Amino acid sequence: MAQENGQMNGSANGKAKDVIIEVRDVVVGFGSRVVLNHLDLDVYRGEILGFVGGSGAGKSVLMRTIVGLLPKRSGLIKVLGVDMTNGPEAQRRAVERRWGVLFQQGALFSSLTVKENIQFPMREYLKLPQRLMDEMAVAKLEMVGLDASALDKFPSELSGGMTKRVSLARALSLDPDIVFLDEPTSGLDPIGAGDFDSLIATLQKTLGLTVFMVTHDLDSLHTVCDRIAVLVDGKVAVAGTMETMLASTHPWLRAYFHGKRSRGAQGLDTKADVAPIPTP
Amino acid sequence: MVNGKTLLEGTADGDRLRLAGSGAWTSANARQLEGLIDGAVRRYTAAKAVAIDMAHVDRLDTFGAWLLERLVRAFSARGAQTQVVGLREDYRALMDDLHAVKLAEPPARRNPIIQGLASVGITIVGVGQSLMGILNMLGALAVALLRVIANPRRLRLTSTVHQLDNVGWRAVPIMLLITFLVGCIIAQQGVFHFRKFGADIYVVDMVGILVLRELGVLIVCIMVAGRSGSAYTAELGAMKMREEIDALRTMGLDPIEVLVLPRIIALIIGVPILTFLGSMAALYGGGLVCWLYGGIDPEIYLQRLKEAIDLKTFQVGMIKAPFMALVVGAVACVEGLSVKGSAESLGLKTTASVVESIFLVIVLDGMFAIFFASIGM
Repeated sequence: MAQENGQMNGSANGKAKDVIIEVRDVVVGFGSRVVLNHLDLDVYRGEILGFVGGSGAGKSVLMRTIVGLLPKRSGLIKVLGVDMTNGPEAQRRAVERRWGVLFQQGALFSSLTVKENIQFPMREYLKLPQRLMDEMAVAKLEMVGLDASALDKFPSELSGGMTKRVSLARALSLDPDIVFLDEPTSGLDPIGAGDFDSLIATLQKTLGLTVFMVTHDLDSLHTVCDRIAVLVDGKVAVAGTMETMLASTHPWLRAYFHGKRSRGAQGLDTKADVAPIPTP
Repeated sequence: MVNGKTLLEGTADGDRLRLAGSGAWTSANARQLEGLIDGAVRRYTAAKAVAIDMAHVDRLDTFGAWLLERLVRAFSARGAQTQVVGLREDYRALMDDLHAVKLAEPPARRNPIIQGLASVGITIVGVGQSLMGILNMLGALAVALLRVIANPRRLRLTSTVHQLDNVGWRAVPIMLLITFLVGCIIAQQGVFHFRKFGADIYVVDMVGILVLRELGVLIVCIMVAGRSGSAYTAELGAMKMREEIDALRTMGLDPIEVLVLPRIIALIIGVPILTFLGSMAALYGGGLVCWLYGGIDPEIYLQRLKEAIDLKTFQVGMIKAPFMALVVGAVACVEGLSVKGSAESLGLKTTASVVESIFLVIVLDGMFAIFFASIGM
């Protein structure tokens, strides 16, 4: 059922389905504990996928497995058509240059300034003159809603929201095709989180990004995600649009999407009957 | 006109200029593209109206878009009418974003002589500040100690014992080994040189006095500074970075009392014990070498040692130990608590802690030497 929903809604927005990340039958575990149990997931080019699940369900584990930080026991992961386990080394390295990762705590290099953090991937992979890199650092910073005054600050001098924005700028440094976001709005106030959501939506449009977003934030799911995948018991229980989520009868999904907080996010009177939302 | 290979080509017609872009304007080509763009700006100085045709550019990323923006800005700044034509509609939003970018003013260059003088000044102020920091710490420790004496139940006994285990008990094997080897080396050198004028037996005097008065305590303190002082700095520094120290403060606890006092008490107890054990190991090593290398029987060695040293010699070494422990501990904790947010600063402070505490231990030893000489000890 999960797969069916995914396929259905992938084509719903009228674009040709172009699978950019393909996860098949992946098993990941630590010791005797199996976290991801034969999980399948497709991410299509140009979409914003929200990946949700309970705390400790393994959302970040899947993200870290896709980007190669965690080993998997079995299964297949293909990114941009390249098998990330058995594919040729050179192709895998090339794929790694085409994604950017935003870690939950930012993971900025603490001994480098904001400018050096953003320029770090450029310096490693592109041979560019310093002047162009300096200008690009300012451009990237402005794209994420900061300005040149932050350039010479160190990560320890940044607020939580600024840290997220700077790490997003670093993730976007090489103009990636795919961006992985690990709880991008956690630790931000609702206004900051809303701004960050619209920033991601804008950047996705201007740069044509594919966004894989691990999140808990129901507002983000409502406002920016094209599609949502739900992780329950180590598998993707349902994948599809918000309407699919709301219509689903899966008990965990009902608890998640029809809880008080969710209905608040939908702008509903929390005392109203539980009912699927009519599609606009 | 577009041959598909050149990323940018220009055709000038009087004061009208037509620039045609083609190919992929992406990060991979950015270096080449930048050269072409800067070249075009330099070459066509007479242009009054510039049209940039982007119809044949099939890919554009932020790097290419920025270079296009730079081209537009360069001609516009010269007063030329500049327009971009044929740009694909999906790149419009990206261009609008980059059009709004405001570059930072380049920082004003400073006079190198003034900069050199400034860095000297900053260093001197830094030295003064770290001395003040140590004095500050000694004061805070005294206050915490008074509070603990007034109410002994405030002392973190478990923590103190744990630290004592770390800096005292676990350090015993390495301290014994090092001091033993140093004792051996001194005795060997002594025997080798004293033998030339038949004064072999005075080696025992030299080993006894040197080890008990100076070397035992110095070597132990230098080792402790490297082994435990650095650990203190790193521990406290990591706690500072992760806001654990702030958390303690908000709970109404004094970090000096909770974290620093147990560590320093542990050092003040541990270092004299290590000094005593270390001195014994050095005397043993010296005796062994005298016997095996110098031919001095253990009985004669012990007898000679009894004559050469008295209780005062031993006291001089032992009195110094707790003071040096205090200096090592205080420096380590001051540096640990002054760590800033970055990983680099943690490394810098740990290095500074070890260097400063060894330096201060040696300075203190010199001051003690003057003091003991003037009171005739």
